[in-house]
Amino acid sequence: MTINIKHFPGTPLSEKDFSTGKILFNYDELRGDFAWDTGIAIGRYLSGLKAGVLVGTRCPTCRKVVIPPRTVCEWCFRPMDEYVELKDTGTVNTFSLCYVTWDVQRISEPELPAVIEIDGASPLHGIMHVLGEVDPQQVHVGMRVKAVWKLAEERQGAITDIRYFKPFQVTD
Amino acid sequence: MGMRKVAVVGAGMTKFVRRAQETPKELSWQATHLALESCEMTMDDIDAVCMGTAPDAFDGIHMKGEYLSNGAGAWRKPYIRSYVGGGTGVFVPIQGWYHIASGLFDVVLVVAEEKMSSYYPHAQGAFLTIFDHTTERPLKPNLLWIFAMEMNRYMTTYGISKEDIAPVSVLHKRNAADHPCALLADPDITVEDVLNSEVLAWPVQRLDVSPVTDGAVTIVLAAEHVAKRVTDKPVWIEGVGWNLDTAYWTNRDLAYPRYVEYAARQAYEMAEIKEPRKEIHIVEPYDPFDYKALHHLEGLQLADRGTAPRLYADGTAARNGNMPVCPSGGLLGVGNPIAAAGLMKVAELFWQLRGEAGDRQVPGQPRRGLAQAWGDLMQVGTVVIMGR
Repeated sequence: MTINIKHFPGTPLSEKDFSTGKILFNYDELRGDFAWDTGIAIGRYLSGLKAGVLVGTRCPTCRKVVIPPRTVCEWCFRPMDEYVELKDTGTVNTFSLCYVTWDVQRISEPELPAVIEIDGASPLHGIMHVLGEVDPQQVHVGMRVKAVWKLAEERQGAITDIRYFKPFQVTD
Repeated sequence: MGMRKVAVVGAGMTKFVRRAQETPKELSWQATHLALESCEMTMDDIDAVCMGTAPDAFDGIHMKGEYLSNGAGAWRKPYIRSYVGGGTGVFVPIQGWYHIASGLFDVVLVVAEEKMSSYYPHAQGAFLTIFDHTTERPLKPNLLWIFAMEMNRYMTTYGISKEDIAPVSVLHKRNAADHPCALLADPDITVEDVLNSEVLAWPVQRLDVSPVTDGAVTIVLAAEHVAKRVTDKPVWIEGVGWNLDTAYWTNRDLAYPRYVEYAARQAYEMAEIKEPRKEIHIVEPYDPFDYKALHHLEGLQLADRGTAPRLYADGTAARNGNMPVCPSGGLLGVGNPIAAAGLMKVAELFWQLRGEAGDRQVPGQPRRGLAQAWGDLMQVGTVVIMGR
């Protein structure tokens, strides 16, 4: 190509081309409103959260315990209808210190997303949540954490019924 | 299996730019026009068209495949649009391949286009809806979270440091300096530049990431009897593979991409490759982030688990090394217009294997190359092996 094609098409623009009116453009906002049914398994998950419990499902064929719960084991393709209560403690599988928001605005105090392997679920089986009550520089893979729940009367049956996970010592 | 041989006979692309004046249709047409010209074909020679393009949300246009169809030359022809997220760019040539291998068509256009800049204020917003609406989105995640956490898990599992990973970004961005369509080439970039760049979502820093990009790439695929008539340098598609892992990404081994391994094994078996580390001469792994190139090289069985950084440290991955990695400059250097980025890798192999890559040419007359992409909800692997 490079040797056979002398000119490549494509015209780069800069922000200035827009601000100075060199380029005409049409701006619009699209909006979509949705109400998502929770379904069967996630419905159980959310009602568990409202009660202050993490719920998973167990596959009777491969005996895997997964969270969030689901109605079918994607490995065995068998029904997964045995709901099990898991602990609200776990281990940090991985984490990030995130200094940007979804629209790439900068923030000075990092958000602390983490994948937390929940105690009682199969190895490497975790959920995404955020960490709190911790110095960002002290967070590490393998750190033991425990859910900090909202007060019972404030819980709505949502993943945010857990405010965050915080480090805990086994002696706590 | 009674499959017909399929060759790549032409390729064209637009420049990869941060923001293109051209519309998605216009970009598609420009790349397609150039690809047809490169093999002296016209639309009359084309039996069917395969289009690859990523989320409709980027353009704010529902059924983007239909919107793009006239730019891709699809009118009054069998036409299909495929979409497997970031994996699309290497999946759509696989789709074109089976259109021809099956015996259904003789010549197929494969077009990949992405215009990410229309989304305001930043294309990253278009990715928010990949998170589960009930169990994840209330936590207000952003796309960097996933990559940062996968990178951290990869580093922690194998004891890999940021210093081990930064040479990936350096090599790719330097390679891109020889690519006439590149957006983020930098012939002088150093490891220190990468390590000192702004922290976005630790361990991800600014220069670990590929940019938002607009662009399009088209290739022309032909059955053996046509390919031999139109060119004396056909580049054959020798193996293809694709594979999907669980969509529950927090239930997966984040340190190792098993789905890439399965896709690669499918492609190696078809290409009758027994020792990929000896038989693959050029590799274009998917590199939207620098650690992803390493992750994928391991999944492709081209390095043992946790050892891919050595390929960069000892010069194996350099353009004049034993197994050049991303001689194009990759997504980190040329740019990352999602679907078009993957097909750019296939086009690069086409040019490299024909000896037409100009300043980017890998020495030693390479005979075989592999292109790979990755995407969907972080869990699809797509692989194409090409040879001459």
